[in-house]
Amino acid sequence: MGLDIRWPIGLMFTLIGALLAIYGLVTGSNTALYQSSLGININLIWGAVLLVFGVGMLLGAITGAKKPPGK
Amino acid sequence: MQAIHLDLIDYSILIAYVVFVVGIGLTLGKYMKSSSDFLTSARSIPTWVTGLAFISANLGALELVGMAASGAKYGIGTAHFYWVGAIPAMIFLAVFMMPFYYGSKARSVPEYLNMRFDQRVRGLNSVAFAVMTIFASGISMNALAKLLNQLLGWDYNAALWVCSGVVLIYVLKGGLTSAIYTEVLQFFMIVLGFAPVVYLGLKDVGGWHAMNSSLQQVAVNPAALALNDKPFAANAWTSAWQPLIGGPSSNPMGVDMFAMVFGLGFVLSFGYWCTNFLVVQRAMAAKNMAAARNTPLVASVPKMFFPFLVIVPGMIAVALTSIPSKNYRIPPPILSAAVYAKAVDAVKSASPADAPAAVKAVGEALGTKVYADKVTALVAENAATKLSDEQIQNRLYYTIAENDYDGVILSLVKKYCPPGLLGLALTALLASFMSGMAGNVTAFNTVWTYDIYQAYFAPNKSDAHYMWMGKFITVVGILLSILAAYFASMYNNAMDIIQLVFGFVNAPLFATFLLGMFWKRTTSTGAFFGLFGGIGASALFHALTTTHSNVDAAGHVVNGMKGGYLNVLSQFPSEMAQNFWLAAFAFTACFVLTLVLSLATARTKSDADLKGLVYSLTPKIKSDSLVWYQQPGVVGTILLICCIILNVIFW
Repeated sequence: MGLDIRWPIGLMFTLIGALLAIYGLVTGSNTALYQSSLGININLIWGAVLLVFGVGMLLGAITGAKKPPGK
Repeated sequence: MQAIHLDLIDYSILIAYVVFVVGIGLTLGKYMKSSSDFLTSARSIPTWVTGLAFISANLGALELVGMAASGAKYGIGTAHFYWVGAIPAMIFLAVFMMPFYYGSKARSVPEYLNMRFDQRVRGLNSVAFAVMTIFASGISMNALAKLLNQLLGWDYNAALWVCSGVVLIYVLKGGLTSAIYTEVLQFFMIVLGFAPVVYLGLKDVGGWHAMNSSLQQVAVNPAALALNDKPFAANAWTSAWQPLIGGPSSNPMGVDMFAMVFGLGFVLSFGYWCTNFLVVQRAMAAKNMAAARNTPLVASVPKMFFPFLVIVPGMIAVALTSIPSKNYRIPPPILSAAVYAKAVDAVKSASPADAPAAVKAVGEALGTKVYADKVTALVAENAATKLSDEQIQNRLYYTIAENDYDGVILSLVKKYCPPGLLGLALTALLASFMSGMAGNVTAFNTVWTYDIYQAYFAPNKSDAHYMWMGKFITVVGILLSILAAYFASMYNNAMDIIQLVFGFVNAPLFATFLLGMFWKRTTSTGAFFGLFGGIGASALFHALTTTHSNVDAAGHVVNGMKGGYLNVLSQFPSEMAQNFWLAAFAFTACFVLTLVLSLATARTKSDADLKGLVYSLTPKIKSDSLVWYQQPGVVGTILLICCIILNVIFW
């Protein structure tokens, strides 16, 4: 149906992942902020995970667009 | 629930999500050329997308909240709603039923009923379904607006209209495809938004084994956490099947084996997954027969592992509550600041010498049950060293001996999420509320347009006309949902009655489908009156049975809503057991009645009419040409084995 859904998913998670990771980097020295997450800079770690997921989806959309739709 | 403060980063994530769903709707809007594009996605969507939407349409926010609540109340046994109450039915739908739904070219489940039986059966099913979707979407939106109001301090009306407005924009533009795409987006939001919360919670309680050993201590004395008033064996919260074997009194659900396997595992589960158009519609939007059959199979993979995402948080909450140093408890009922102020005064004026009077005074001020030992200790400590009002109030929070289980998931989000992650988790929750509304509205507009409007009011109009009607009714559907949300917020009891009635209507439904699909002799008259009889049987069963706790010492029924308003012939240990038995009874009644009436009435449809609609009259689909992992029979068997292994592991 016209739009490959991997584009919006990929773009959104790349954006949100980058936002979280950058926020995590900037606030990394603020230990009080990360008391709730047991001292782990969860924003940086999870932002990176989302970023990888988002970029993976985008790569899938790009390679999918090059090939003719299968089956 | 105390308000949560959101930072700029949290709002950025929330806004990013809203921009993307609206963007998806606007982009898809360009491709909406016919009513079939708009209402059925023109059967063009790849399997993994329909599969994730299939599961996501069911994973509403109320499910998230409810499953965490049940995880706390019942432990890992809650997973039966997945491993017994979903997976087998989803595999059955894929292997046996999808060929009829998809192969018959029906555009909706009621339309299939029209092809197989007649207009009467379709009418009954479509009207009941249409009304149900509106209420379901209203209930969900009311919960969302209330949540935003309590949590973020937003205005209830504004929250309701703005969120509905967002849904309206993307559904009106992109139709079913829009709803399916945002459901997939929501699926990833939920998984990726809640996984870190579960991880942090598990880490905090000391890992999986430490959580289980805490739960084993809780199980032998659940009254200490106000979880249950009687003790169980140590594995009651940590084993799924063993507590069931001991009968209803040895598991916190109060359910027996037959009710679990036949009532939930067969009647309710197959009735929902195999006949509810909300989920089946997702599979019907697939691009070909193989994709349609594989949709529920793709969906069953994440479904199998959802308990770890949605039920485990409840178990974590119980374990945390049982460890005093964690400074956490399953949230108590929400009380206003005025009530707490009154209770603080009661603590200050209480005399430590007269402990029972102090406990009574504090309990009355709070208006809840309280832990006597904790109140006594608090009063004594306040008498020894004057505590500040704030300190007293914080301590009072832990003296309330009642739990608001629905608050579990949010309390964990609040406990573990720093700004940033908090925005992600809340956006995931908001996303699932909104996609719940979108899912219901897209199912509603299809059933209305094709099964009610086209069938009864305006047959033989142009496609452009039905497309226009589809869009018009989408707007109406959203307005009706908003109305239903206000109704739900104002008339709590009326809403309970409505949901009860839907329970009656749905319980026998699978008997009609089962006989219709697998026995060519089933007649339309038999199906129609059999279904009515089944609905009547559920209502009668509910009127004549109730739960132990709903009968007072004198033998009178306390609350007619919980059954027994005509007479009490039988009492069940829990509402859940009553529900499962009701379903089993209604199914059997509908099955027998349909069978007998079908034999007594003449067939109106010949074998030729029923080709493609009934199992024995439909050529078997040749799937030998597909690779093994695309053959529904093979994949279904493998998935069933995986599901059995999970049951054995958590035996």
